[in-house]
Amino acid sequence: MAGVQVSNVSRSFGAHKALDDVSIDFADGGFYALLGPSGSGKTTLLRQIAGFDFPDSGRISIGGESVERVPVEKRRIGMVFQNYALFPNMSVSDNVAFGLSVRGEPKAVIASEVQRALDLVQLGTLGGRRPHQLSGGQRQRVALARAIVTTPRVLLLDEPLGALDKALRVDMQIELKRIQREIGITTIFVTHDQEEALTMSDRIGILRDGKLVQEGPPEEIYDRPKSEFAATFLGDANILRGNATGTGIRLPDGTGIAASAGVTLVAGMKASCAVRPERIRIATNAGVPDRAHANILTGRVSKRIFAGNNSTYFVDRDGQTIKVIVQNTGIEKLAEGQQVVLRWSSESTVLIDAS
Amino acid sequence: MAVQIAAASRSGLRSALPLLAPAYLWLTVAIFLPLSAMVFFSFMTDLPRSGKPWAFTLENYAAFFSQSLYLTLLVASLRLGLEVTLWCIVIGYPAAYVLAKVLKGRSREAIFLLVILPFWSNGLVRIFSWAMVLREGGILDTALNAVLPFKINIDLMYSYPAVIIGLVHSYVPYMVLTCYLTLQAIDDSLIEAGRSLGASRLQVLKRVIIPLSMPGLVAGAVLIFVPVVGSFMEPRILGGRTGTFYGTVIEDQFVAVFNWPLGAALSFILLAVVLVILAVTSPVLRRAA
Ligand SMILES: Nc1ncnc2c1ncn2[C@@H]1O[C@H](COP(=O)(O)OP(=O)(O)O)[C@@H](O)[C@H]1O
Ligand SMILES: [Mg+2]
Repeated sequence: MAGVQVSNVSRSFGAHKALDDVSIDFADGGFYALLGPSGSGKTTLLRQIAGFDFPDSGRISIGGESVERVPVEKRRIGMVFQNYALFPNMSVSDNVAFGLSVRGEPKAVIASEVQRALDLVQLGTLGGRRPHQLSGGQRQRVALARAIVTTPRVLLLDEPLGALDKALRVDMQIELKRIQREIGITTIFVTHDQEEALTMSDRIGILRDGKLVQEGPPEEIYDRPKSEFAATFLGDANILRGNATGTGIRLPDGTGIAASAGVTLVAGMKASCAVRPERIRIATNAGVPDRAHANILTGRVSKRIFAGNNSTYFVDRDGQTIKVIVQNTGIEKLAEGQQVVLRWSSESTVLIDAS
Repeated sequence: MAVQIAAASRSGLRSALPLLAPAYLWLTVAIFLPLSAMVFFSFMTDLPRSGKPWAFTLENYAAFFSQSLYLTLLVASLRLGLEVTLWCIVIGYPAAYVLAKVLKGRSREAIFLLVILPFWSNGLVRIFSWAMVLREGGILDTALNAVLPFKINIDLMYSYPAVIIGLVHSYVPYMVLTCYLTLQAIDDSLIEAGRSLGASRLQVLKRVIIPLSMPGLVAGAVLIFVPVVGSFMEPRILGGRTGTFYGTVIEDQFVAVFNWPLGAALSFILLAVVLVILAVTSPVLRRAA
């Protein structure tokens, strides 16, 4: 097993820059999610690491060994494809055995390793089936068993759960995480599902238009997004735009917003503040001003969406809609059209450079 | 797959009948009627048209077994069919692979057109153009002597290789087409999956691509082998005296000797032999496919 270093990698297709100077350090044994909208270059980055495609510039190393000119089959990687890519002409066992068999392992070793891998993904008894006789989730497990049976240095997964329905996907997320912990393999997981990225990974890298927007542990990106894009793509965020004051921003209508998280900006620069909807308190009256809720805005409830354990309020003020999520305690129930006061702390407010 | 189709056609047969009717009508008129006439002829002593009295006989079939020449020629034709089929695989499969997996867009279309071109040219034109290329002092001979520093004599005309070349040229498009179709249906991610598991390009070819393209190879081989065994035009024009095969003997019966009954009998013996060969090999081929 080994870590993966991607340094200043660029890759263009014609005039289109699919990867633009991307550098990421994938730590040994970590579970890493590459998150980004469709077309942001996630697959392209994964293919550079796998060796299906080569960067125009930059370096890639696996386990400290530079691999730019090492062909796929020598990189000792395991890959799970979005469409599973199981060999239809082989049984499940033969699919899993493929990597060991081309390596020329003895038959007895192959048989026991294949069984161990199939047991690990809980398909121990289905070795004799053909891929087309399996369900989507089972195919997914076979693809995973096939990828890890060769004890690769890195496991690469390209939206592996994208084709599964929601319930199965959650099961597979847990399963995948368990297997990854069990064998401790460095894992790079491509997804466009932010929830999946948040719940599964140790670290997340957010890609946009071929650029790495932000990289770090899920909590850090969620609590300290460095761009409006990162704030809104990973989780939900209210973005307030104005000019930096040194301690926050001033909105166009003159209201001051205090922010103690994020960057420090010179006063007068264009800046934004990001606030998570669940950090905002909503009430019908202002109450006593306190330091824990330094930011105050008033508005009118335009819509309420009830979702069982929580409700989402959409509050209109000054041409902007602010989203607030409130746990259902059974007490607050604000009607649409009602005048409300929103309050939140400066610690919950992230200052973002918008220039 | 075949089972599914059979089941589907059984259940939907009633509703499919109006759609199938034209095809069956055509098959009846165009194939069944003439063929049954030929079966009829093959049991006659002479054609009714000739004015001579005629009777039913098995003599025409007996002729095949009484003269070893026919068997020798049949074996030669089967060998010819096998060789041409093999050459078509050797030439056609890589071409199909490049078309399906390497080339993209415009260049694919252009090469595809070149491959199909023999289909669109008249068979005789095709063969006579080979005659011009292969004979002594012909295009190949002249071109090679213009390039090479030493003098060589290329005269492939009226030889077994000339027959092979002509037939392979005529039939290789079948192999390219059938293999192209199956190769194109193979998802590129299967190839990548194989490589990511440590297999070299050659191992992926052997273990994944060739097994998955077997249906195309088998279809191409059948489409080529069957007509080549009975071929007469290429052997006659390009093979000259060496070009006597089972197919040319049958042709002689129809156009030169006017012994239609014998020609028909020899044809049906060939048909029977080919069917037996296909029946014997089909379990093997089906497993491979
Ligand atoms: N082989 C290729 N040829 C041309 N353009 C490509 C190729 N592969 C990817 N691209 C382009 O690069 C961009 C990034 O693609 P991709 O990495 O597949 O995105 P993602 O996986 O994040 O959805 C897309 O705009 C895509 O059209
Ligand atoms: Mg992708």
